[in-house]
Amino acid sequence: MDVTQLVQQLINGISLGSIYALIALGYTMIYGIIKLINFAHGDIYMVGAYIGFFSITAAHLGIFPSLLISMIVTGGLGMVIEKLAYKPLRNAPRISVLITAIGVSFFLECTSMYFVSPTPRTFPPVFENVAFHVGPFIVNSQQLLIFGITIVLMLLLTYIVERTKTGKAMRAASYDVETAQLMGIDSDRIISFTFGIGSALAAAAGVLVGVYYNSIDPLMGIMPGVKAFVAAVLGGIGILPGAVVGGLILGVVEALVSGFISSTFRDAAAFAILILVLLFKPTGIFGKNVREKV
Amino acid sequence: MKYLRTNDLKMLAFALVLFAVLQGLITGRVLNSFWQLNILIVGINIIMSVSLNLINGYTGQFSLGHAGFMAVGAYTAVVLTTNFHVAFLPALLAGAAAAGFLGFLIGLPTLRLRGDYLAIATLGLGEIIRIVIMNIDHVGGAAGFKGIPHKTTFVWVFFIMLFTLFFIKNFVNSKPGRACIAIRENEIAAEAMGVNTTKYKVMAFTIGAAFAGIAGGLFAQCFYLINPLSFTFMQSFNYLIMVVLGGLGSITGSIAGAFVVTFLSAALASWPEFRMIIYALALIFLMMKRPQGLFGYMEITNHGIFRKILKGGRKHA
Repeated sequence: MDVTQLVQQLINGISLGSIYALIALGYTMIYGIIKLINFAHGDIYMVGAYIGFFSITAAHLGIFPSLLISMIVTGGLGMVIEKLAYKPLRNAPRISVLITAIGVSFFLECTSMYFVSPTPRTFPPVFENVAFHVGPFIVNSQQLLIFGITIVLMLLLTYIVERTKTGKAMRAASYDVETAQLMGIDSDRIISFTFGIGSALAAAAGVLVGVYYNSIDPLMGIMPGVKAFVAAVLGGIGILPGAVVGGLILGVVEALVSGFISSTFRDAAAFAILILVLLFKPTGIFGKNVREKV
Repeated sequence: MKYLRTNDLKMLAFALVLFAVLQGLITGRVLNSFWQLNILIVGINIIMSVSLNLINGYTGQFSLGHAGFMAVGAYTAVVLTTNFHVAFLPALLAGAAAAGFLGFLIGLPTLRLRGDYLAIATLGLGEIIRIVIMNIDHVGGAAGFKGIPHKTTFVWVFFIMLFTLFFIKNFVNSKPGRACIAIRENEIAAEAMGVNTTKYKVMAFTIGAAFAGIAGGLFAQCFYLINPLSFTFMQSFNYLIMVVLGGLGSITGSIAGAFVVTFLSAALASWPEFRMIIYALALIFLMMKRPQGLFGYMEITNHGIFRKILKGGRKHA
């Protein structure tokens, strides 16, 4: 095995992993509070990519304003979806909420196919791609953009969750929603806020993917959505640093598998990791064992 | 016991009448080939949804990988009939055995997981099965398997479907079936009462997978070509939707769910751009208004006015 190639695949893997991490954060936050696998999360990421696309092509904005607009609008969309589709089912059986999430996912995919056509769009080259040679390795500016934005967003998220009052309420709600409610926390508001933040992070990931891979389509969210969930489970669901680490590991493994074995087995590798984690440490890397009470 | 048996006979008689009518419509060429194919697909979807209902509805184990088992059955059957010229029924049974065996192997370790974790693990396994098939060049890889003889006829689909329904119904009413229902209601309590939960969970999973394998074999031989893309997790979602739409834990519900979903998508085929939007909205709306599905736990055969409902309620089938 060639060491240079290995390091190169690691760099590629970390940039892919950062994208997974951004999506996985939303998954893990939402799961942490309402215990819902939000299958629509991947499609929210797709919507984010399209909003970024249109604010670049139609409104002729730069990459950073587009990113911001996409995050705000998509965050709002996430809150609206939560209010319309999930909130009425707060006390319904879990499976109904899951089916609703699948329904929302279909709805987002099909409405966007209807409005923006199913053909893939080429993302405009808004961010000049310069390759930097660091010794024998190549890091390009788009990868640096992904790392940079991911780190900034994660610091921001850590600040919100750890230092603000809303963040404290979020942590309390993810620990125990009912008790949090008894302590005077408006859990509906917190859940809505969580959907907003999670969707905004997914939107950022969508725009970054558009910049990195140059192509977006209405079904682009399905696979990354499921894989981000794998990342969240890998790190320990409900745990924020877990989602980031899980995302990075998944990205690196995928890059290594497609670089050294075959790119067709890339998706299988992600799921194989998932199965192994679930069998040997179902609570994930950072998870603690919780004893089930009768 | 006697009551059940007369009911069974009535159902059988009703099924035979239904069969005669549909077969008459097909041989009399009243239905065009589009609707004929859809009738076959409904039958196959009923096998899929009833077998998934055994896992999800009766045993309460949330599986999202049913299309993967279908794929195993489909590919096993078509390889046997096309390349090795095995007869139709042995090929189907081989497909069922392969899918069932895989279900057993997969079920043994994964059924320790609960709820969402099991759901996502089965989803992952279904996808792994599909990706592995996609990478076997012998079966056509991603391009699909071509040159399959059309061996699936209405007669086969109907009677295999009937067998599936009676098998699952009798299984659910048997001792193992009651153990499965106990597991669904409360796994810890069931275990405390001496139910070997692992055994019955794996049993339900294996039986469900085997019937999915049969359905896969039937499905594959309706067409000239099958493709790994027919068995993605979206397809598993589709079967789950049929089951939940009809009602988890109701065989009648699964039949109705398969029927409604198949014909809804066939009827909306002329408006492809709206089809999935309407479908998605209907799904969300149904979950809000009737989360237990159309039938809940109810079976039409359990109904006091069973005969009356039987006469009126299933005429559209």
